[in-house]
Amino acid sequence: MDTSDMTLVPVSDVERWGALTGAALLFAYGVSRRSVPGVCVATMAMPLAYRGVVGRWPTSVLSLLRAGDDTRVALAGDRGVQVFEAVRLERPLGEIYAFWRTLGNLPRFMSHLESVTESSDGRSRWVAKGPAGLRVEWQAEIIHEVPNQVIGWRSLPGSDVVTAGSVNFGRVRGGRSTQVSVRLQYAAPAGHVGAVVAGVLGHDPAQTIREDLRRLKQVLEGGEVPRADATIRGGTR
Amino acid sequence: MRAVCYHGTSDIRVEDVPDPRILNPRDAIIRVTATAICGSDLHIYGGYIPTMRSGDILGHEFMGEVVEVGEAKTRLRVGDRVVVPFTIACGHCYFCKEEMWSLCDNSNPNAWMAEKISGFSGSGLFGYSHMYGGYPGGQAEYARVPFADVGPIKVPSSLSDEQVLFLSDVFPTGYMAAERCGIRRGDTVAVWGCGPVGQFAIKSAFLLGAERVIAIDRYPERLDMASAHGRAQVLNYEEVDVLDALRALTGGQGPDACIDAVGLEAHGTTLDAWYDLVKTSLYLATDRLHALRQAIAACRKGGTVSIPGVYGGWLDKFPLGAAFAKGLTLKMGQTHVHKYMPMLLERIERGEIDPSFIVTHQVSLDDAPRMYQTFRDKQDECIKVVMTPG
Repeated sequence: MDTSDMTLVPVSDVERWGALTGAALLFAYGVSRRSVPGVCVATMAMPLAYRGVVGRWPTSVLSLLRAGDDTRVALAGDRGVQVFEAVRLERPLGEIYAFWRTLGNLPRFMSHLESVTESSDGRSRWVAKGPAGLRVEWQAEIIHEVPNQVIGWRSLPGSDVVTAGSVNFGRVRGGRSTQVSVRLQYAAPAGHVGAVVAGVLGHDPAQTIREDLRRLKQVLEGGEVPRADATIRGGTR
Repeated sequence: MRAVCYHGTSDIRVEDVPDPRILNPRDAIIRVTATAICGSDLHIYGGYIPTMRSGDILGHEFMGEVVEVGEAKTRLRVGDRVVVPFTIACGHCYFCKEEMWSLCDNSNPNAWMAEKISGFSGSGLFGYSHMYGGYPGGQAEYARVPFADVGPIKVPSSLSDEQVLFLSDVFPTGYMAAERCGIRRGDTVAVWGCGPVGQFAIKSAFLLGAERVIAIDRYPERLDMASAHGRAQVLNYEEVDVLDALRALTGGQGPDACIDAVGLEAHGTTLDAWYDLVKTSLYLATDRLHALRQAIAACRKGGTVSIPGVYGGWLDKFPLGAAFAKGLTLKMGQTHVHKYMPMLLERIERGEIDPSFIVTHQVSLDDAPRMYQTFRDKQDECIKVVMTPG
């Protein structure tokens, strides 16, 4: 699938060499002018050189260039928390896709979600449960969709959290089973809101998503999420 | 209701607890008419099973009458008389579809616990620790049965509780152990442990065509039962050298298949058994595997060692080298009870076997604490305890 809409992957070697060459030329030209404007030109080569070496723009430049809650910035490269989990189900692919595409179903197996509400313009409003009863909300849009194959989404500017993700659906085991693979990225803002966001998926986000996918499987295969209600005497489950 | 509750090693009590209620659409509530103490309950009683909590209701061998069903469509009706398999299975995942019911993907709410230890989780089990789901067990007046539309099997009124109760665990467990030996006509099968699973393994080996079954234990009453009801040749390991005896009885070749119906609390008279005892007593080892070592040593080349006995941890001095050198096949795991129940019920109905022969004690549920002790200490020639609530 094409993920370029959601995340800026690290730049290619060609681009990096180009940036380095450009920086060298700019620096050489600026210095050779032996003037104040020349020094300015030489200084301008620095961010370009950084991009050539490190593979991305310095953060300070980015913050000048773009808003920080754009998923393409906040989640670029290895930034943010990244989770990849997959599960296999003994249900027809189309059924699982349709279940997931009805975003309102997601809270049925994603324990951290309180609600997902779709509006007619293709956007959706997500409400998640944070620690101590606090809530985290964000607006999202579907940015990539191929029926029975993939759904990709990202949060919109102005949200509490910057997040993007995709879910892929594929037939496995000779077409007898379906595999659902989830890729999720999110970046928590600094400060109080960030702490709440971090609490939503707990200290081990991969485990949280794995449990979510387990519940998806339980709901679609078994029709219910198993419950034990053990230690009923102590009542301390 | 009254229920048998765990409170620590060698500490179980019969207590008043809240009645179970329907929690999920596919649930049923059973009024328990008979429930048994399993040898594997003794592993809990002995403190060998992790993730038990004070107050947990024990028991995974039970049967009774359906008194309530959930809102899902179910083949069960209020009033049906059913036996409940000890493994809990959803009936729709890959493993259930492939008849590996005890490996069900969807029935353990605490799968993550088992995953930490084993990589993946098997099915939930009744009354057998939180790692296996934390489901309250059946040693109680009532029990909640999840996925009741695929688990419990209806039994005819012509058969007594004692005749069908053991379909819940020990009969299918012994049968599956024997089936996995791949018995061919003329084969000799050796069975370590003449508790209920061993007794059913002996019977099942004959049902599946074995020519001779050799049973190994040290309790005379168990060996007598194996001999009288099971038609097995018996060896008392406190009186004879088991390996020598098996070699002699099989013309120097060894049994074609060996069944370890003992599990992690094996006793023995040889050095390795004492080594296990000391190490487990000091919490330096998790399992005592003397019986398994001996089964591997005794088995003929290319034979099968089938392990219905329960193991829990990381085995010390496990002779994998011998198993490899002799090209053995090892088969193990929890019983796929759902797979065997209908066929074994038919065998009971046809009179091919009457499982009630293993019952030595019939008591009230309130006698549970005393009977756990009696069963553990093999007092009073105790082999199988059936308890009746109320």
